[in-house]
Amino acid sequence: MNTIQFDPNGRLKHFISIEGLKREFLLKILKVAQSFISPSDNKIRKVPLLRGKTVINLFFEPSTRTRTTFEIAAKRLSADVINFNITASSSSKGESLTDMLHNLEAMHCDMFVVRHASSGAAHFIAEHVSQHTHIVNAGDGCHEHPTQAMLDVLTIQQHKGDFAPLRVAIVGDILHSRVARSLIHALSTLGVMEIRAVGPKTLLPQHLEKLGAHPYHNLRQGIRDVDVIVMLRLQRERMNSALLPSEHEYFQQYGMTQSLLEEAHPDAIIMHPGPINRGVEMTSSVADCPRSVILQQVSNGIAVRMAVMAITMGVPLSPPEA
Amino acid sequence: MPIEVPALLEHMIQALRSKMLSFPTPPLMIGIHSGGVWVAEQLYPHLQLPDSLGKLNIAFYRDDFSQTGLHPSVGASDLPYDLNDRHIILVDDVLYTGRTIRAALNELFDYGRPASVTLVVLAERNGRELPIQADIAGIRLQLDSHQYLQLNIAAFTLSIQNR
Repeated sequence: MNTIQFDPNGRLKHFISIEGLKREFLLKILKVAQSFISPSDNKIRKVPLLRGKTVINLFFEPSTRTRTTFEIAAKRLSADVINFNITASSSSKGESLTDMLHNLEAMHCDMFVVRHASSGAAHFIAEHVSQHTHIVNAGDGCHEHPTQAMLDVLTIQQHKGDFAPLRVAIVGDILHSRVARSLIHALSTLGVMEIRAVGPKTLLPQHLEKLGAHPYHNLRQGIRDVDVIVMLRLQRERMNSALLPSEHEYFQQYGMTQSLLEEAHPDAIIMHPGPINRGVEMTSSVADCPRSVILQQVSNGIAVRMAVMAITMGVPLSPPEA
Repeated sequence: MPIEVPALLEHMIQALRSKMLSFPTPPLMIGIHSGGVWVAEQLYPHLQLPDSLGKLNIAFYRDDFSQTGLHPSVGASDLPYDLNDRHIILVDDVLYTGRTIRAALNELFDYGRPASVTLVVLAERNGRELPIQADIAGIRLQLDSHQYLQLNIAAFTLSIQNR
């Protein structure tokens, strides 16, 4: 439970984790995100909501997709955006993180979008910024990546409508995946029927059941009759020990192929947070098949990030009615 | 004493029919969410327009975001056509400060460059804060600053209320 996310009036001030957010908040974010998408042509138009506000993308870890979609989202809201590449900046000159934050705040920044390799980094920064600065977590270590989870559930909602009857399989490196952790929280809060976590024992965290997910070690069984399949990227950069024999062997056991896809529900959709390792997590034919909604996820990322920025900066979320 | 809306609508339809004679191409009718959409839905069947009725949600274009935050009734605008070089009939329920119309015009121009915009409102009252006027109004009223107009959709009436 992350109470730092709320101001004393129960309004969402920072967006750091899905854990601890009520169903009403998640549905509100989805509603606002959807309303940025024009129903007639699926385009996202520029709106003047955040004119005069400054957003700083504070990325301590490399990212293309997330940083770019955050940048586009802020620009579609008419905010000014500055991208801050930390590895090339003052931390290499010996300045402490809090000193750097206070310097950036002195430049009248209204929001930091933070990505960091350490779990809890966004929370730490939220504790140390002034009252009027908002924090959005763009991924912290192995902890959470809440906007990715929201764009995933928006994509699921667009295809499936109601969450209640859905079976969702999350496949792959769940141990190192902040996407999986945020998504499991979001799906269980939204009340899907079943969440399955499919992967080798070395890449599934312990006590998955406490999060509401059922562990599977066999891919064929794990995706049987599911409505949504979320494939995760193998996070080699976070693997400190020999958890996998080889990528080739991983593909033999857990790679998604066209024939395996037959096991899932005929209308099942395939998702992947990107970047895809073709031939490791899935074959190219699966990645490019009509049931793959991977590029739609990227587009939805813009709308969801706009919604999160507008809601946190705009004092809008009244506490859900009791 | 509530004002009967059907009489106002009848007057607006007559005025619109003669106004439409001046357009070289059929105009598009667009209602502003939510009261303006209702008014537009009352007018639309009487005007034989070739295009469907457009709906504009200006929640993202309001100028009070920094004071009040996101408007609770956010929703996407539904404008399934090219606005470039079209004559637009923009419909709202009450014209008061003019700020709603300012926001609506901004949004319209993000979709294209209309040939003209004609503003049609059910009621126009005093209290303008921007240089905006209605081309066609069902009724024009002088009200005190503590008074406001309430549209009752079920009863088809417009009544003057005190704050």
